[in-house]
Amino acid sequence: MKYGTLLRTLLLSVPLVIAGCGQEDGASDATTSNEVTQSAGSSDGIIVDVSDPNAQFVPVLSYRTGPYAPNGMPVANGFTEYLKLINARDGGINGVKISFEECETGYATARSIECYERLKGKGPTGAAVFNPMSTGATFAITEKAPVDKIPLITMGYGRSESRNGGVFPWNFPIYGTYWTAADVLVTHLGDINGGLDNLKGKKIALVYHDSPFGKEPIPLLEKRASMHDFELIKLPVTHPGVEQKSAWINIRKEQPDYVLLWGWGVMNSTAIKEATGVRYPRDQIYGIWWAGAEPDVRPAAADAVGYQAVSMISSGQAQVHKDILSYLYDAGLGSGERAGVGEVLYNVGLLNAALVVESIRTAQSKYGEKPLTGEQVRWGIENLNITEENIQDLGLSGYMYPVNLSCSDHEGKRAARLHRWNGESWEYSTDWISADDAVLQPMVKSAADTYAKEAGLPANACES
Amino acid sequence: MFYREAGQFKTSYKADQAVFPIFQDRIFVAIWLFLGFVVVPMLANEYVFRAIFIPVIIMALAAIGLNLLVGYCGQVSLGSGAFMAVGAYAAYNFMIRIPELNPLICFLLGGLSATVVGVIFGIPSLRIKGFYLAVATLALQFFTDWTFSRIDWFTNYTPSGSIAVQPVEVWGFVFDSPIRKYLLCLTVLVIFTVIAKNLVRGRIGRAWMATRDMDVAAEIIGIRPIYAKLSAFAVSSFFIGVAGALWAYVHLGSWEPLAFDINLSFSILFMVIIGGLGSIVGGMLGATFITLLPLFLNQLPIWLGINMSTAMVSHLEYMIFGGLIIFFLAVEPLGLARIWQITKEKLRLWPFPH
Repeated sequence: MKYGTLLRTLLLSVPLVIAGCGQEDGASDATTSNEVTQSAGSSDGIIVDVSDPNAQFVPVLSYRTGPYAPNGMPVANGFTEYLKLINARDGGINGVKISFEECETGYATARSIECYERLKGKGPTGAAVFNPMSTGATFAITEKAPVDKIPLITMGYGRSESRNGGVFPWNFPIYGTYWTAADVLVTHLGDINGGLDNLKGKKIALVYHDSPFGKEPIPLLEKRASMHDFELIKLPVTHPGVEQKSAWINIRKEQPDYVLLWGWGVMNSTAIKEATGVRYPRDQIYGIWWAGAEPDVRPAAADAVGYQAVSMISSGQAQVHKDILSYLYDAGLGSGERAGVGEVLYNVGLLNAALVVESIRTAQSKYGEKPLTGEQVRWGIENLNITEENIQDLGLSGYMYPVNLSCSDHEGKRAARLHRWNGESWEYSTDWISADDAVLQPMVKSAADTYAKEAGLPANACES
Repeated sequence: MFYREAGQFKTSYKADQAVFPIFQDRIFVAIWLFLGFVVVPMLANEYVFRAIFIPVIIMALAAIGLNLLVGYCGQVSLGSGAFMAVGAYAAYNFMIRIPELNPLICFLLGGLSATVVGVIFGIPSLRIKGFYLAVATLALQFFTDWTFSRIDWFTNYTPSGSIAVQPVEVWGFVFDSPIRKYLLCLTVLVIFTVIAKNLVRGRIGRAWMATRDMDVAAEIIGIRPIYAKLSAFAVSSFFIGVAGALWAYVHLGSWEPLAFDINLSFSILFMVIIGGLGSIVGGMLGATFITLLPLFLNQLPIWLGINMSTAMVSHLEYMIFGGLIIFFLAVEPLGLARIWQITKEKLRLWPFPH
């Protein structure tokens, strides 16, 4: 009998707990909450039901909880709000509305796979394209996508060799891979030293997230180190990256000339605080694009001034942001706070969604204006040709770059700028720096060939 | 009423020592096997196979393996994630270095590699007991984490340390579709369950249980602790190693060292504790509970048509999951297997409890 009482008490308390959290969540943490969206009510035609037979389904893998949430949230907001804007402003892509469903991965690979399996078959034609938003998950989903015939856009992350569409027909690391980013950084270090040859004898430390994401740039940096005779010090930081004292003690001991920071989530802000602790000059630290956003530098406040990161896209607002504010936020349909619109990671999510939408638009030009399958969207991505004119029309001037993909090149752009934190905002500190494809191309080819051999794939499917 | 063994006389030792001495139990198990091998493959869709059945089955295998060590032999271990990692990486290396080897044999070799590691890291158990042993097995966890992320040979020098597996092909038959993978895992689970059940009923199992209940007394009645403890480590890590190879090849398909981190060790230990220490069915129940409940809680709001942000759902999932663990342990500290047993005892008396 006593268990009966216990059971009753528990059952009674569950709704109370739920109600309690609901209130707290809505009041204190508006950025995490989609409730605003739902309570506003006038969401007809903007938020489309997944079961709508005339809508194109786009799955969203996001992480709004866990140690990567401060960075995952703005990306997810930017991504979903662009999709909502397309519905609200344009009435969909050529009249085909977009439906989407978010699935919380917590940046964990196993959970990402579950989300992938959960979402891949939804909507009238299945998932159009996946954006795993995690390099670990990209590795795992890369094995599954060809079987399910769903393309992956991994904008600025994922497998570096997957730009070779002959071996990886379903992967699209548009706007840059980690090898590109690392090469841009090394090129920049060469530039400020008056030539790559002057890197000889210098020490460059790589503080990296100990996961596929953090390890990706190592082969390139090792190759560059042997080409220019600089010393590469590799300092791994275990997930989630809040404990990195030993790495920075090493840096104090070794006094490298530059530190490259390959972090994500709380690891980045921790790194900058630790750098301050060991008095390592912040203007000698260079981050990957995932370590160059507001959540990374704000906790460190003034200590972060001078820190630079390679940038896919910086903060700021274009016409499209004004549209988002007027169509969504003024109608009470925004997912986050107004101030968040136009932050670096918000823009990353937005740019990512814009690529998805343009890919679907391109695919529609061949397959018709109706919901398309993943396989048809893949054709759209591979034949993506975005010109400066298109970008103007999309209201994304300065926040999207012309790109022209082909079977042999799924990356499209191998150049990036650096931006610097001035204490208030990120501002570009260099002009476009191109990665040296003479270095990258042979590495991509050999890594892709190895993959093809192990997986039993044809070495190059582009000719057929 | 339905569950009553009245009239079932055992006239031979063989009948008395059967795994399922009660007729109704045999029917029950037959129904489960029929459901598993015939009904589920006909009804389930791809999501159910890939996200529910396959992980649950593999985790059940690992939980049964750990239960042999923790539940039957009383040696607390936090190294299950490490044994799974050893199984997975060993299977990968056997497969990539000896391509003509049958993948199923590679899985078993992965299990055997885990056995070797298990025996080596089981040696401290001869001197260390209880919680102290748990801490000692943690060393193994950190050791494998380090080994597989730092020694490139194990990952065949892949640049990012992430491994993509080859297709599992046995005599020209490729285990690629979810249903084939499911049947492979289920068959492995059934075979290993039969092995485990018979081991714990036999001489070895009795030696383990005697060691668990009181090691000094066990030694006095002639059980060699070194033999009992190391055999428990060996068998347990073999099971977990095979589960690791299946987890890597059948479930993940591509993985990084983080896939076998300390969290995995913890969740397998929780499966064993919540399922029921010293019970084969407990391992299965625990694996189902720990693997499925979060997914269920995560999707419940959508099924109920409640609009909630994914973050909110995720927070609730953790809270309710934690609450339910406490609830089940408060109601029955001996685990789900004990609840199952009580249900059976009540059924025998039903509908006349007195």
